[in-house]
Amino acid sequence: MDKILLLIGAISLIGFIIWWFFGKSSNKQTVAVATSADHQEVEVLVNGGYTPNTVVLQQGTPATIVFERKDPSGCFNEVVFPDFGIHETLPVRKKHAVNIDTATKGEFRYSCGMNMFHGKVIIK
Amino acid sequence: MTTKNRFVISLVLSLPMLIEMIARPLTGWMLPGHSWTMFALTTGVMAVSAWPFMRTAWVAFRNHNANMDTLIAIGTSTAYIYSIYAMLYHQPVFFEVAAFVVTFILLGQTLEEKMKAQTSSAIEKLLGLQAKDAEVARDGQIIRMPLSEIVVGDIVHVKPGQKIAVDGRVIEGSSTVNEAMVTGESMPVVKKPGDTVIGATINQTGMLMLEATKVGSNTLLSQIIAMVQHAQSSRAPIQKTVDAISNIFVPTVLIVAIITFVVWYAIIDVSTATALLYSVAVIIIACPCALGLATPTALMVGVGRGAKLGILIKNGEVLEAASNIQTVVFDKTGTITNGNPIVTDIIGDEKAVLTIAATLEHSSEHPIATAILKKATTLGIKTGDSRDFHAIEGKGVAATIAGKPSFAGNIKLLTDHKLEIQLEQEMRRLQDEAKTVVIVGSDHKAIGLIAIQDTPKETAESAIAQLKAQNYRTVMMTGDNHGVAQAIADAVGIDEVLADIAPSDKADHVKQLQQHSKVAFVGDGINDAPALAAANLGIAMGSGTDIAIESGGIVLVKNDVRDVVTALALSQKTFGRIKLNLFWAFIYNIIGIPVAAGVFTGFGITLSPELAGLAMALSSLSVVISSLLLSRTKLN
Repeated sequence: MDKILLLIGAISLIGFIIWWFFGKSSNKQTVAVATSADHQEVEVLVNGGYTPNTVVLQQGTPATIVFERKDPSGCFNEVVFPDFGIHETLPVRKKHAVNIDTATKGEFRYSCGMNMFHGKVIIK
Repeated sequence: MTTKNRFVISLVLSLPMLIEMIARPLTGWMLPGHSWTMFALTTGVMAVSAWPFMRTAWVAFRNHNANMDTLIAIGTSTAYIYSIYAMLYHQPVFFEVAAFVVTFILLGQTLEEKMKAQTSSAIEKLLGLQAKDAEVARDGQIIRMPLSEIVVGDIVHVKPGQKIAVDGRVIEGSSTVNEAMVTGESMPVVKKPGDTVIGATINQTGMLMLEATKVGSNTLLSQIIAMVQHAQSSRAPIQKTVDAISNIFVPTVLIVAIITFVVWYAIIDVSTATALLYSVAVIIIACPCALGLATPTALMVGVGRGAKLGILIKNGEVLEAASNIQTVVFDKTGTITNGNPIVTDIIGDEKAVLTIAATLEHSSEHPIATAILKKATTLGIKTGDSRDFHAIEGKGVAATIAGKPSFAGNIKLLTDHKLEIQLEQEMRRLQDEAKTVVIVGSDHKAIGLIAIQDTPKETAESAIAQLKAQNYRTVMMTGDNHGVAQAIADAVGIDEVLADIAPSDKADHVKQLQQHSKVAFVGDGINDAPALAAANLGIAMGSGTDIAIESGGIVLVKNDVRDVVTALALSQKTFGRIKLNLFWAFIYNIIGIPVAAGVFTGFGITLSPELAGLAMALSSLSVVISSLLLSRTKLN
């Protein structure tokens, strides 16, 4: 009887893991706010992931993503945008601005230094 | 709190338990207040050293993310919480598992942080090369001013032993300059008026006065730094597979751990504690870190080492491309040869021929034009005025001089003009001597010939020999006629010659060669940009400060053909190291997880969670060390 209960418990736990991590994750998307006619800015919170994890920028307008790192975990030491050649160290509990070249349209992924956490920049 | 402090705290708290573990089987010595003491010590470890893991794991979980911290947090807290339960019910506890695992992992991370800092040392070294200030002549005075205030056109004074602050051109004085730090060239370079100098290099023997030509982000050093930074943050295409795996890695490991527990507890029927230990070992040994570190660390070290040698690698894709190259195509002028040809013979009326040729060529920067102009200058011939100047692609140039249509170019130009028998014989003779012949004409008639010879670089022969020894097919491409090209090719040992090719057709010929093999094209970044782009791998050779960094996948700062060999070797070694790192990271997980799950218990092979923690720490470390070793591998 014990074992059957254990089995049911294990199966539901596995089900939960699949649903929670592989299910349709809630994609939070934020459109950058224009701070002036020729600049746009968006804030991304770094805490166990990047929130929001998708940022939308207008093509052609110089953009800044301000990362606020609350998470001291070594995983978030760096933020890497392979397409833009950006590899910067994020200080803990401080805001760090990263300038993005918005010349070309497209979807650009970024990640932490070890490529475990991901975010996305959409330029349109 | 730093990783190092967290490690020290957890080490100090774990030590008594470690001593007990060793001493107990030998002497029977036990910690006073056995389980309670262990509980207290481990609680300290969990609360101080392991807390950041828990925190990140929890926030990541809320964001539907999971990472290495998730595994560590779940693994250690499972052992910890179960032990509290066991302690209350007077069953065997294993607090030390949680404490040791945390200690080992923090040890690994501390070392890893140190080593990782070393992998990115190249950029700091490059940044450190920058001069801080310079002596600049302004308003008749020499003022010492910071680098940022120097503008193009400033006259900069550099004393012997001082660093040259910006890129410039020597206007007065002569000296030798050590350029090793930027170009990788170990021999000092002689500089005299008219020569270009590179910022951040060191003036050695004489006083130099130079005019600043490039400042700020336009200097060669700034461009090198930007390129290296870009390359180090890029990813090799092979990384895509890794990304796909690491996205599902952690949740999959958790599922495997649950299955492990169920199988041991419910099917094989061992105690809860034993089943739990297997399960914890699975969680702890799984190491996504090694997978994550494999590519970036190798890229950092490989690209950084290249930068020191004056070999700039654009990105990770280039490394992969360089690993498949079978044919290396060289542009002739300036790549295989010195690129500063000299006039050797003039047939016809020397003055008339040279005057027309020099007038036609005086605005051109083509090496042949330079040679003609140099000759004209030494003979004191002045250039005249011309009208309707136009270049005829792949043939030559034409213009109206003194009311007469005039031209200078190769034999292809002669479809519309005639060449006398005597001149034709002379041309054959000169071509047989491997000289390039320019036909000069006026009023629809050839009036003379100018023979020009370019000599192969001293290093070309050994570079080609090394490439051939590594089974590359070598091809030389040139706009020169076949005779000249073949003579140069024979001198340096090139396999195949493609002559009489107009600059605009080079890219098409590269594409033709690509039908049979993967092609690397080596040329200067300015004239050969289309061919460099068309090839599987474009290697742009620089000279002075004018390197066209955008044009090549690999940019060679110094003008030495042997660097082609080194660049290919470095790219292959780096790419090979990425593959090796990934292979080990995968193998480690593929073997480690089943062992930890107890699959091989029947053969007496098991893995305790503590050992799993140690192995996990070592796996990340081994990947970083393997990458660091790249800076020591032999390249020739």
